[in-house]
Amino acid sequence: MLNFSKINVLIIYFLFFIISIFSLLNFQNKDNQIIEKKINLGLDLQGGSYLLLEINSDNLIEEKIQSKVIPIKKLLKDNDINYNNFKINSKSLSLSLDNIEKFDLLFNSRKNNLVNPYLDNYRSYELGYKKISNKEIEIFFSKFGLLTINNSALKQSIEIVRRRIDDVGTKEPTILQRGEKRILVELPGLKDPERIKALLGKTAQLNFRLVSENNNEFGVEELISENGEKLNISKRIIMSGENLIDAQPSIQNQNNEPTVSFTLDRLGSQKFGRATTDNVGKRLAIVLDGEIVSAPNINEPITSGNGMISGNFTFQEATDLSLLLRSGALPTPLLVVEERTVGPDLGEDSIKSGITSLIVGFILVIAFMLYKYRVFGLIANAALIANLLMLVGVLTILEATLTLPGIAGIILTVGMAVDANVLIFERIREELKTEKSIIHAFDTGYTRAKITVLDANITTLIAAVILFAFGSGPVKGFAITLGIGIVTTLFTAYFLARHLTSLIVLNTKNKEIKI
Amino acid sequence: MTNFNFSSKFKYANILSLILFALSVILIFFKGLNYGIDFKGGTLIELRSNNIEAALIRDTLKNMNLGDVNVKKFGKEGDFLIKVEQKEDNNKLIPEIKKNLSESLNSEVNFRRVENVGPKVSAELLQSGIIAISLSLAAMLFYIWVRFEWQFSIGSIVALFHDVIITLGIFSLLSLEINLSIIAAVLTIVGYSMNDTVVIYDRIRENLGKYHKLDISNIANLSINETLSRTIITSVTTLLALFSIFILGGEILRGFSFAMILGVLIGTYSSIFVASPILKFFKVSYKTLEKEEEKIVP
Repeated sequence: MLNFSKINVLIIYFLFFIISIFSLLNFQNKDNQIIEKKINLGLDLQGGSYLLLEINSDNLIEEKIQSKVIPIKKLLKDNDINYNNFKINSKSLSLSLDNIEKFDLLFNSRKNNLVNPYLDNYRSYELGYKKISNKEIEIFFSKFGLLTINNSALKQSIEIVRRRIDDVGTKEPTILQRGEKRILVELPGLKDPERIKALLGKTAQLNFRLVSENNNEFGVEELISENGEKLNISKRIIMSGENLIDAQPSIQNQNNEPTVSFTLDRLGSQKFGRATTDNVGKRLAIVLDGEIVSAPNINEPITSGNGMISGNFTFQEATDLSLLLRSGALPTPLLVVEERTVGPDLGEDSIKSGITSLIVGFILVIAFMLYKYRVFGLIANAALIANLLMLVGVLTILEATLTLPGIAGIILTVGMAVDANVLIFERIREELKTEKSIIHAFDTGYTRAKITVLDANITTLIAAVILFAFGSGPVKGFAITLGIGIVTTLFTAYFLARHLTSLIVLNTKNKEIKI
Repeated sequence: MTNFNFSSKFKYANILSLILFALSVILIFFKGLNYGIDFKGGTLIELRSNNIEAALIRDTLKNMNLGDVNVKKFGKEGDFLIKVEQKEDNNKLIPEIKKNLSESLNSEVNFRRVENVGPKVSAELLQSGIIAISLSLAAMLFYIWVRFEWQFSIGSIVALFHDVIITLGIFSLLSLEINLSIIAAVLTIVGYSMNDTVVIYDRIRENLGKYHKLDISNIANLSINETLSRTIITSVTTLLALFSIFILGGEILRGFSFAMILGVLIGTYSSIFVASPILKFFKVSYKTLEKEEEKIVP
């Protein structure tokens, strides 16, 4: 175990230097980087916000099932199937039919089925039905139908969340899908996430609807306007936010009031122009997420495709509203189900205390090893320093994220890394008692300790891997440093330290060696 | 080499372990664990401000009717940690609390840390924590079973249970908070304790092959003594590192490093006084190893 071929020595030190050099990349000048690799600081160290958002597709499913009502009725009528008792439930439709067999053929037909499309990728129809009694059936979304609705809502939400966050202009945001219903948002450096949370908390479904004088009319709902007035608003939507191409905050010249001016696309301009021409003198309600923003009088037809929303805004509100309108409406409301925000000063404090405890722990361990093993303590300590350099180097190569528990993992590695060398040295001590040849004693010591060192480290590695798989955020950072630390520990103990030991042992020949 | 007679103390140590284990189980079941917001859900706010009293913060929050509110000093003078229980997701809660506190404290308030975990997420985090610990125990069981014989596997798992339960028992006794980093600590303890046990087991296996005439008590005794120096040195260096984190690493790492310190102490004890006696209980001898070899060799 003490004989190294030249090529082996070369490989060992080459690996060590290459990996260690990467650790230096973290100290290079930001403007003048040779290789753009460095360890990223986790949100708990650099400050920032972590948000976990969840979509709620219940409303969407309700809406979607309602949108099936007319097509289904039309399908039945066109094919002379009589029906009655048509009921719209929250997530299903129920009705009585006189000819279920005929309905079944139409409903489950793959060709040209607009009512109940066949989802090729799932090999399933969008809708399914079950018989409640002889004549009555209930129609609902199939498992994959629901999944399709959910997935498209999630994708769309991620896109809109990204647009809104980009528009606010935070640095390097991370926006990722997490599972089937969640979106993970990381905003490094953000001190106060309340504005972004407020912006993400609004679906921003905007529509323009006429104010009706007649409150008994069918298709009217009562909403409360911005100044507390109860208004009857027609359910018929003249135009919705989808037709907006742009929205910007502006100051109205007459009274310095902040407003939002918007530009419509061609279709929107046509709809808006027609509606305003036909209804001059009436009031037009601008409804955002079911609340009236304002309900101005239509003084003259607006055909230019440009308009303005006023509603006693502050300039900030006008800015936020235009941002929301520009980015488009979210398909479902988003709920913040988890939030972790760390202020920048706490992050700095954490880095400071983390580094301090690392240095102190390191010095204590080094001093203890020197005291215990003298010359071989030096070797163990050289291995320990090499270990740290390599650990930081590997973290840099992987561009891993360093968290506060991650720093704890490095300190713990320092404490536990010497174990490999301790196991070996203690074994050699024992061998020296019975073995006459010193070289032989060292050799057997390394050989015999090898299995124990491996067994002992693999158990910790198992714990680190499981922690990595199940941990989240900061804890994952701990698992990473602990796991990589074990690998670098094995390398430094079994290659570097062994080579250094062999140099000493082979050079002193069979003179007295104390360990 | 030391020559302590460990095996003569096995009986007393086992009685002590059983009592501690039983007390811990009783504590965990009846007093319960003090789950942090990671596992219980709720809101945590760490704030820094000059010249304010905990009572003022408490009064302000009490007026908001938030339910269970906990305010305590946290580290330096002027630093406070606020915990608010929360039964359902409410996105408006944090801005409201911040606004009210800023207004009533009447001085610059620095919100250093805000965490909010909804009920669904906290339930999931708890579940994945339990799965992670169970899985790590199972993985250790399997690893030792592959590397050693089944008697060793059971011995090491009993020692691990012993360590985890007693650590949690002490956390329950002292009402210390269980959060995500404590789960990380427990998993690391599992790894560390296993590491310690494996070193002694390796030596026991080796000595069983070497000295056919010694019985398991003597073999265990010999092996523990032979590895004792290593056991102590490694525990000391690990504890040096951990105390450094505990004292200098700041408030956030305090619970984590405390759990680890407990775990290292208990884990070291258990590999000597729990894992080894179990081999005696199973009457492990060199014949156990031979049987195993016959199984593998052909």
